[in-house]
Amino acid sequence: MIEESVQLAIDSAPFLLKGAYYTVILSIGGMFFGLLLGFGLALMRLSRVWPVNWLARIYVSFFRGTPLLVQLFLIYYGLPQVGIELDPLPAALIGFSLNMAAYACEILRSAIGSIDKGQWEAAASIGMTRAQAMRRAILPQAARTALPPLGNSFISLVKDTALAATIQVPELFRQAQLITARTFEVFTMYLAAALIYWVLASILAHFQHRLEARANRHDREQ
Amino acid sequence: MIAVEHLTKRFNGQTVLDGIDLSVETGEVVAIIGPSGSGKTTFLRCLNLLETPDAGRIRIGDISIDADRSLNNQQGAIRRLRQQAGFVFQSFNLFPHRTALENVIEGPVVVKKTPRDQAVTLGRALLAKVGLAGKEDAYPRKLSGGQQQRVAIARALAMEPGVILFDEPTSALDPELVGEVLATIRKLAEEKRTLIIVTHEMSFARDVANRVVFFDKGVIVEQGEAKALLTHPREERTRQFLRKFIGTIEP
Repeated sequence: MIEESVQLAIDSAPFLLKGAYYTVILSIGGMFFGLLLGFGLALMRLSRVWPVNWLARIYVSFFRGTPLLVQLFLIYYGLPQVGIELDPLPAALIGFSLNMAAYACEILRSAIGSIDKGQWEAAASIGMTRAQAMRRAILPQAARTALPPLGNSFISLVKDTALAATIQVPELFRQAQLITARTFEVFTMYLAAALIYWVLASILAHFQHRLEARANRHDREQ
Repeated sequence: MIAVEHLTKRFNGQTVLDGIDLSVETGEVVAIIGPSGSGKTTFLRCLNLLETPDAGRIRIGDISIDADRSLNNQQGAIRRLRQQAGFVFQSFNLFPHRTALENVIEGPVVVKKTPRDQAVTLGRALLAKVGLAGKEDAYPRKLSGGQQQRVAIARALAMEPGVILFDEPTSALDPELVGEVLATIRKLAEEKRTLIIVTHEMSFARDVANRVVFFDKGVIVEQGEAKALLTHPREERTRQFLRKFIGTIEP
């Protein structure tokens, strides 16, 4: 019984790993574009021009206030009705990026906001522009504050990519489902899938720790 | 060197600076004293536009800012003025993610586009000047308050400003660390640099400043030669204020 299960898991490995490949693509892509867009949104949220500020506010409120699953359905099944047809992978990538951007925006905004006003003033006092102050003084410090919550969001994203199975992306969970449909080895396949998610998340957590340690190096003995 | 005309600042309808006029000559050391809430720190912060004045004009060297016009259109001039007016904060405000040397060369490298090796040479010399040779690679949190404030002074000097503004530079320090910072400022005064110092250190003001300016309730009540003003103030309000410091100003 156990031997059969192990054999099945080994036989399915190529399919599961192919699925894991999509999982990684969706995670890294979603994080990358989510961070880019999220940073832009964070700058908008820090703006004193109120329409700019409110636009970002509404964006964040919508994407944090609605289920990710609904957002994915809206993009993949909804948009074709208004003439925008997307393949499963790009649709999922857009969905995860837009969703991650909302969370990244709030994390970055609060990290930037947590930096003492004296740092802006010190940068200004040596003649820096606001952009120079942001790049040289504020962001390096804010990044350090933002790193732990961003890492946690990234790990959540890896797990959330399983939702892409519902819009036909052949990612890890979807592959497990397909094999299960053929073999009826429900427990084995989902356990194998879970283990792969676990390994991916653990690798990420490891890198997160290393990155945090690096960012905090000026706190340690010189 | 510095000419301030009719500088006015209001916070929420309350007038904090009520039309201040003040000029400072090159090489002059001016101490600004006064009770807390008198507007002296706000005045200093207005001088390099860390605080936005509501009205008045500020000239430092050949750069003028007119607060009666929109300051948004004068951003370039404001940045040039800030390079002319170094600022030393009460709470140091060093960049914690940069070493002492990196803090000092940040302005020259990023703002003035000085070649890095040239800036490093300058930075090392300035750290040595404030008595911190050997601390180049230390991060701020490894330094005492007095050492941090001296790095901050070196950071201000690195821009080669025409004037340095000090906002209560020793108020955040443990008593035993005050001396080293005051000694550093004294050294700058001896070099005939132009300095404006907001301070509660009366004996330091008497010894180092050429002129003392007494602020109260947003106006300059009295100003004059340092020793004369501190020992024989003309105005009753100045006398009242200085009474609190009796014993700290030896004749």
